[in-house]
Amino acid sequence: MNALPWTIYLSFAGALLALVAGARSTTAARWIALATVVAAGLVALHAARDFVPGPGVQTLTNIGWISEMGIRYHLAADGISLTLVVLTGLAATAGILFSWNIEERAGEFFALFLTLIGGVYGVFLSADAFVFFVFYEIAIVPKYFLIAKWGSTNREYGAMKLVLYSFGGSALVLAGLLWAYAAGGAHSFALGDLAATAAHLSRGEQHAMFALVFLGFAILAGLFPFHTWAPTGHVAAPTAASMLLAGVVMKLGAYGCLRIAMPLFPAGLAFWQPAIAWLAIAGIIYAGLVALVQEDFKFVIGYSSVSHMGFVLLGLAAANSQAVSGAVLQMFSHGIIAGLLFAVVGRMVYDRTHTRRLEELRRLPLHRAMPFAALTFVLGGLASMGMPGFSGFPAELTILIGTWKTSPLWATFAAAGVLVAAAFTLRVIQVSFFGATDAADSPARTVRSPGDGGSGTHHGFAPITWAERAGAMLLIAATVYIGLKPDVLLNWIGPALQSPAFQAVLKGGGP
Amino acid sequence: MTPDYPALLHALLPEASLVLGALILLGLDLVPGRGRTDAKRMRTSATLGLVALAAAVYHSIDAGRGGVAFAGVLILDSLALGTRVGVLGLAALTLLLMPGGSRIRNPAEYVAVVLFATAGFTLMAVAQQLLLAYLALELASLSLYVLAGFDKTRPESAEAALKYFLLGGISAAFLLFGFSLLYGLTGSIAFPDIARHLGGHEPNPLLIVALVMVLVAFGFKAAAAPFHLWAPDVYQGAPTASAALIASASKLAGFTLFVRLLWSGLAPAAGSAASMEGAPGWLPVVAIIAAVSLLLGNLGALAQSNVRRLLAYSAIAHAGALLLGVMAAGSAGPAPLFYYAATYGLATVGAFGVISVVERAGPCQQITDLAGLHRRSPLLAGCLLVFMLSLAGIPPLAGFFGKFAVFAAALKIGGLAGPIGWLAVLAIFLSAVALYYYLIVLKQALVAAPADGAPHIAVPLTSAAALAIAAALLLVLGVFPSLVLRIVQ
Amino acid sequence: MTSLPLLSLIVFTPWAGAALLASLRRASPIIVRTVSLVFSLSTLALGLVVLAGFDAARTSPQFVEQQAWISTLNVHYHLGLDGLSLVLVLLTGIVTPTALLASWRVRRSPRLFGALFLFLQGAALGVFLALDFFHWFLFWELSLVPAFFLIKLWGGAGASRAAYQFVIYTIGGSAFMLLGFAALYVATGTLDFIQLAQLGADGTIGQKLAALGGWWPTAVFLGVLLGLAVKVPLFPFHTWLPPAYAEAPTGTSMFLTGVMSKMGVYGFLRILWPLFPASLHAAAPALLWLALGGVVLGAFAAMRQIDLKRMIAYSSINHLSYCLLALFAVSAATGRAGATNEAATAALSGTILHIFNHGLSAAALFCCVGVLESRAGGRRGLNDFGGVRTAAPIFAGLCGISMFSSLGLPGLNGFVGEFLIFRGVFGLTPWAAAVACLGLLATALFLMTFWQRVFHGPTGGAATGFKDLSALEIATLAPTIALIFVLGVWPQLIAGLINPLVTAWAGHLALP
Repeated sequence: MNALPWTIYLSFAGALLALVAGARSTTAARWIALATVVAAGLVALHAARDFVPGPGVQTLTNIGWISEMGIRYHLAADGISLTLVVLTGLAATAGILFSWNIEERAGEFFALFLTLIGGVYGVFLSADAFVFFVFYEIAIVPKYFLIAKWGSTNREYGAMKLVLYSFGGSALVLAGLLWAYAAGGAHSFALGDLAATAAHLSRGEQHAMFALVFLGFAILAGLFPFHTWAPTGHVAAPTAASMLLAGVVMKLGAYGCLRIAMPLFPAGLAFWQPAIAWLAIAGIIYAGLVALVQEDFKFVIGYSSVSHMGFVLLGLAAANSQAVSGAVLQMFSHGIIAGLLFAVVGRMVYDRTHTRRLEELRRLPLHRAMPFAALTFVLGGLASMGMPGFSGFPAELTILIGTWKTSPLWATFAAAGVLVAAAFTLRVIQVSFFGATDAADSPARTVRSPGDGGSGTHHGFAPITWAERAGAMLLIAATVYIGLKPDVLLNWIGPALQSPAFQAVLKGGGP
Repeated sequence: MTPDYPALLHALLPEASLVLGALILLGLDLVPGRGRTDAKRMRTSATLGLVALAAAVYHSIDAGRGGVAFAGVLILDSLALGTRVGVLGLAALTLLLMPGGSRIRNPAEYVAVVLFATAGFTLMAVAQQLLLAYLALELASLSLYVLAGFDKTRPESAEAALKYFLLGGISAAFLLFGFSLLYGLTGSIAFPDIARHLGGHEPNPLLIVALVMVLVAFGFKAAAAPFHLWAPDVYQGAPTASAALIASASKLAGFTLFVRLLWSGLAPAAGSAASMEGAPGWLPVVAIIAAVSLLLGNLGALAQSNVRRLLAYSAIAHAGALLLGVMAAGSAGPAPLFYYAATYGLATVGAFGVISVVERAGPCQQITDLAGLHRRSPLLAGCLLVFMLSLAGIPPLAGFFGKFAVFAAALKIGGLAGPIGWLAVLAIFLSAVALYYYLIVLKQALVAAPADGAPHIAVPLTSAAALAIAAALLLVLGVFPSLVLRIVQ
Repeated sequence: MTSLPLLSLIVFTPWAGAALLASLRRASPIIVRTVSLVFSLSTLALGLVVLAGFDAARTSPQFVEQQAWISTLNVHYHLGLDGLSLVLVLLTGIVTPTALLASWRVRRSPRLFGALFLFLQGAALGVFLALDFFHWFLFWELSLVPAFFLIKLWGGAGASRAAYQFVIYTIGGSAFMLLGFAALYVATGTLDFIQLAQLGADGTIGQKLAALGGWWPTAVFLGVLLGLAVKVPLFPFHTWLPPAYAEAPTGTSMFLTGVMSKMGVYGFLRILWPLFPASLHAAAPALLWLALGGVVLGAFAAMRQIDLKRMIAYSSINHLSYCLLALFAVSAATGRAGATNEAATAALSGTILHIFNHGLSAAALFCCVGVLESRAGGRRGLNDFGGVRTAAPIFAGLCGISMFSSLGLPGLNGFVGEFLIFRGVFGLTPWAAAVACLGLLATALFLMTFWQRVFHGPTGGAATGFKDLSALEIATLAPTIALIFVLGVWPQLIAGLINPLVTAWAGHLALP
């Protein structure tokens, strides 16, 4: 357990090493990056094995830092952080595996990647608002370069938009936190202190502070109508970055909402609850409907992320133990699934076909050319649809149950969202991989891809590499395992929500 | 009371060493240096200049924090010490960057003028009296005018110097007028006496005039909007090292003097910090200047395609944030302001340093001139990344904590109840805008491909050392801000 | 009694087969087909083992397997089997191998076909045996996946659209059913069907939901109803069915109609009725009309079809609506004067019998149409054939038997179920039975048309050069046809398994 901070240090150290080594050898940079994320992942799993679930956070490190402002370097973990740390480990490992084909400036790529990962680990382990914020911002900047340099379609625009939205969000957070710190007269940035002093502020101030902080974080979580950075950013990003963006970085926002905004200003949550819930619902349905009509493969997945994150935000807004447990589980689940889907779209398909237009993919017999990619995408798609047996299902079920407790009406709209998700996922599955199947036995319909050497050569596409297979298997295993044994995570999350800080926010309804 | 000359000498040894150093190197250059190449003369002068700066640092620390000296003319407090060391350090970095930068004719004169300017800065740091303040300021300013126009081969340099000089001269007039009014109103030129007198009397309408004069003058010096017009042209036209000095050490010293004058000299005339109501004072005016600077600087920078002008507008924006620190210094002390100004100076010197090295291989005016820097020199690109991100306020670099501390201090004054709180929030939001233009620069440097035929850039050892020191300091001070805060608090 | 987890074996053996097939990368088609068939037969074999140990007199679930699973959601791995489940397991055990035999000639990736089919079979079995909503829903939803691909990849020209429509409709229903169960979980804290049924019977569920106020209790009921109604399908949620059945390859159509449509009816009997007796009672009069709509309009729509597959598809809607009609009639009659226990028992027995019988006869009919289609190179229009009887007498005979079974000819299996349903419904709501007779009439008409146009008249169209059934095809159809006869004569074989159960159900109705 106490080794958890090493996930952060390992990542940063790995970043430095990869940068140095990458100047000489791309291969070395790759292996260093892989070794780093695997090591960090193992640290996380090791900690998970020893983890004893309980209410409240368990301190990992707590040393004085900037005494002039009462800031301490305080890292701590509870079941929720641990869930997300494990997710980060998985997503990062898969991300490196799916970046195996990066050749250009690989050292810098992996260095940025690992810096981002280190920041993410840091956010999930912070127990001091300042530390949290520092790591949060560290995670923002690498995204720009990852996308602007190694991305595709409209990458500079997408990168800039994404970073400015993120940074704008963090500006809101900073404003809210500093205001709370200053107005409440707290002498530190420890979350407990901030919450205690914020409780004495007037209602109006609490409402406003909550709005600032929550909105700031929720922008990164893709709250409608501030979600527009997400699809463009995801589409522009290189595969591994899309995987991380949708898989982990969007979780930072949701985690910030849960860990900072809600416990600090319970009154604010109560006031804004309906607004948040309706925005979340609007996001679920709107993004789902938009995904339904996209013509770009990756945009579909990009919008689907927004839709799925809507479930997370709805779960948070419903504010009872069940719904919030479900939201955290959904964060984990979506992290894995989005990673899987982006991996297929960006790495397996786009890097080989060089098109993401569904209209063109429809004509390629992809399910025969790349059966493994097809299988992976089908499994990922099913998981994304909330098919039972995959992690998305227990998450959505728990969210539905929890939301129903707060408002049956919200839950009803969320159920409609499930349907929309099924519709666009199924559409994209069938158009992308199985487009050329209708009466495909007739020779006239057998469209061959350019450069095809014959039916025996996989239609001219390079075979799926071992790295891709390993990454896909890892993620599939994770989503199925949690789909069948959600208890593993729910038993971490549930007790964590019993801490006084969360109980002040959550209204009854233990599992 | 007889003046205590030994104590005065002890207190002013730093300035003495600077002036002495300047004279020695001028002399050396005059006789043995004659006939040597510019490069050699530059190396010799820079080395001597660095020795003088080191001596000044030693004497500054030796002078310590002895409090008021020489009958209240000087103040040797922690802020003075910090500022002295800070400006000396920034000047040293500038000097270190000089040999590796573009060629300067008459290098010894140049270095000497830099030392004179630095002496002005250090004096500003310790001045606690209107007369000395004015003299120090003018010593620094006049030196800077010369530095701006030093490159006689380029008309832009001359234009920059002329603009700087004209506007600076006007502002000096304003300042002198304001100071004389203050003296006339209070009968004293020492800050504490002025404050005591102002506290005991009803506000006088003339005081308002005096305050406005002083604020306008400082607005000019600090390149705060709407008195910023000289800044972009000077940053663009002046030799790179001069621009670096104008943007860094000059700012730090200026704000130290400003905050001292306002809070230890004019505190009773501050007006209401929390609202615009009540007795008129300088706080609301400063608040307006800060707001305009923040808006104009950040929005203006968005439209720039010249990297130096971009840095100029960014400087205007930072001046706005620094003014926020000035306002907050009344309650939170000068530490956040000092930290901000010092680390801002570091990042700016670094940024100009990178530009100066790039200039060795070709012009560096447009942002696109930086294209492909990562290929042409990874070290420069890496350092530029650190400087720009620090200017943008990204942790763990020092620029982040500077903003954090200043905004926290500003919000502590009255939350969002008053204009200062709103100003802080405005500044926070505009920092998101700022990230945009810094990233535009970084995009060229780190993402874009180099232009065809753009040569590899060899970084001279001295420049590499200076840039590495600046970058490392930004990182270390960002992670351990207490190192600085402890000095000043 | 053995200590083997028999029910788990029933469910997971086909899945094991699917996994095995997936790993047999280089096997020849014949081995692949044999492996598929063998594994699909496991259900029948294990079903017979279960049948041997089955105590028909007990009405509670038998062979129960229960294990804690997800403590945070109070979910248990709970399998159990009563007469109703057993009937459906046996039906699956018969229909699946038949369908695989009928698909013997599938040329395109037989390995994938077999694997998907076995996966589908396992999922369907899971639905029939699960007693906890969590994994019941798991099987329920997972069954859509192989069905989707079976339709899409091996189906006809419009298969993509049909498959998409099929899955979206069903998931649409399921989503709201899921919501309904979320609400039930909030109200009761359990997802176990047995416990929920008890809470439903003593009215606890009704009270708890009533606390929500407004129209929410109704919404919960409607959510669950919708999920099941789409699946069956109940009129007017049936529009996905004709294209799906028509576009699917023969084997898949057989399974869809033979087994998957029964999942919906099973859900009505296992879930909706026990959990919401009061709500269903209240809604029954309206639902009766919908069921009647299915009966009558289904039959008339079938009459208007040119495509033989669509015709059988519409006829399936008609038949399944009989089952629902009976159930709604019973529910509507609860506590009403004039209704008798005997009529209710008859209606319910008829429902279950009809589930089984329709599974057989509809599968056989689709198989026959498949034969026609394969001979005619994909054509299967009503007017594409003529005089097939002279060209292929054996085929004509077997097909005719299936038709008459579907028609409800006495002596064949179809008769018993329909008769009991009509008898029961007549006793409970006579007017409904009268209206439903229209459906009978129309069924007779379109089946006779089918018979006449295709098998009689001058040999022409696609029937030219029509070969009679091969040994394989005979082997495919023979067991089903044999069962049609056997059950026609001896319905007690199935009825014996469910009589006590049905009596017990009717006993809860408090009818005279």
